[in-house]
Amino acid sequence: MSLIEIRIHGRGGQGNVVAANLLAMAAFEIGRHGQAFPNFGAERRGAPVMAFVRVADAPIKRRCQVLRPAYLIIQDDALLHVPGTTDGLLDGGGILINSPRTPEQLGLGGVPNVVTLGASQLAKEHLGRPVPNTALLAAFLSLTGLFPTEALTNVLGNKFKGAVLENNTRLIHEAAAAVPAGLWLKENAA
Amino acid sequence: MMQPLEGSQALARAVALCRPQVVAAYPITPQTHIVENISKLVADGVLNCEFVSVESEFSAASVVLGAAAAGSRAYTATASQGILLMNEVLYNIAGSRIPLVLTCANRAVSSPLSIWNDQQDSMAVRDAGWIQLYCADNQEAVDTTIQAFRIAEATELPVMVCVDGFTLTHTLEGIDIPEVAEVDAFLPPFEFGRKLDPRNPKSLGTLLSPDFYPEARHSHHMALEKAQAVIEQVDADFAAAIGRRSGGLLTVEGPEDARIGILTLGSVIGTFREAAEEGTDLPAAKLIKLRSFRPFPVEALKAAVAGLTDLIVVERALSPGAGGIVGAEVRAAMSELADAPRVHNVALGLGGRDIPMSSYAELLALAERDAPLRFAVFDADLNKLPEEDR
Repeated sequence: MSLIEIRIHGRGGQGNVVAANLLAMAAFEIGRHGQAFPNFGAERRGAPVMAFVRVADAPIKRRCQVLRPAYLIIQDDALLHVPGTTDGLLDGGGILINSPRTPEQLGLGGVPNVVTLGASQLAKEHLGRPVPNTALLAAFLSLTGLFPTEALTNVLGNKFKGAVLENNTRLIHEAAAAVPAGLWLKENAA
Repeated sequence: MMQPLEGSQALARAVALCRPQVVAAYPITPQTHIVENISKLVADGVLNCEFVSVESEFSAASVVLGAAAAGSRAYTATASQGILLMNEVLYNIAGSRIPLVLTCANRAVSSPLSIWNDQQDSMAVRDAGWIQLYCADNQEAVDTTIQAFRIAEATELPVMVCVDGFTLTHTLEGIDIPEVAEVDAFLPPFEFGRKLDPRNPKSLGTLLSPDFYPEARHSHHMALEKAQAVIEQVDADFAAAIGRRSGGLLTVEGPEDARIGILTLGSVIGTFREAAEEGTDLPAAKLIKLRSFRPFPVEALKAAVAGLTDLIVVERALSPGAGGIVGAEVRAAMSELADAPRVHNVALGLGGRDIPMSSYAELLALAERDAPLRFAVFDADLNKLPEEDR
């Protein structure tokens, strides 16, 4: 597998760095290499923030920002109005957006490979808090087939236990089932 | 075993493996996660150590000075304004020949205020008399931290381990943390021959008259010079014990017959390595990774540039009104060579400016210039400045 680069956009407090770290850690679960790092701006709740993830078969040496992502994960649909959010997306790349609205309702009807998921609402139901990151990761893995969902649940199992882990596991399975599995598999990509 | 860890978390575990008896620190971005994690290891009972939360970096440095002088293995970490506030104490630690280890989570210096990565902070204290080692990735940061205690205690000099802030400290990647037994075998307990002991009273940091001051300075300078051999030896010993090298004083990689060299300190080399692998249409180049900036390895550097026509010195700091800091020292070393390469000198990635893959090709293009580039802030966009400031 060649290098896959992912950019996560969100707001301070939404667990962007955690999401990036979980995804990179999941890569190691299946014997691949991952790299995750944040791009902090103003360190405060609600400010737009970015985090970067790279996944490859060999150790990743480059440390520059992800300028040409294969995938974008956007944790707040309002960030679509922030200039630069979707810049550099590779041809055929996918955009996963946390939103209760459809791509058409977001004005992205003509843009290929856009999927929305009401991840905050799902998280609120299962976790009692509108933290969308784990639901989005599960949906992302389901769409791309990048790793099995177990890679993510294993990583969460190393980090959490008890009710938090159980609730997240239920959330993950529901989120994964809420998007078309394999839609962004390489052979299916536009 | 390699595992995914954030750089700071791995560094905290590496420090704990070295069994420090005293850690004193004041939090500052991007060093915070390192000392937070150490403090947690102490609170969890994993590390048996006196963790002193102080009210400033001046005190953090003073506490570790006192602790090490009394014979404890001591550690601190800081960055940016924090290391500037330590500056006076840094000179006292080194001048008193107190062995201890400090991590500098490299960050830009105010003003303008920037929390992001460059290396202005450690460069600003280069003359304090410390050993300074720069790390290319988090594995090197872990391994160099462990080596640093051995080097410090063998040379009776303090060692500053320079780790790029955010770019390394906040990056999660695959890192191997050595086993406790391996580190215990590599790093025996600290026995300080000159430790302060009430049963054997002696003074530390006394006034030195002009009759002896220059000799003390000469001795300190020579201790740094002699530390070159220790740095090489400890890296070799670490390789024998744990199976990895961090690059001694400096390393050279790339094709033997390359005529262009790029010299870097710190983590930017990773991006350049991949850019060189991908840029098959680019001219061949050697990458010179300068790990030891203090002591400055003049002889190793002279050997490293043999056969080069152009050497591009890339640094993450500058001396305003003069230009490059590393560049000036490289040029001075080159003046001892009859067939020295032309030296181009740039600062890059100041205050956290991203250093994209494309910068590698832009740097190589400097070799085509008629005259060498004395110095430039290479990625500054002059269009953002008023005419009179360009």
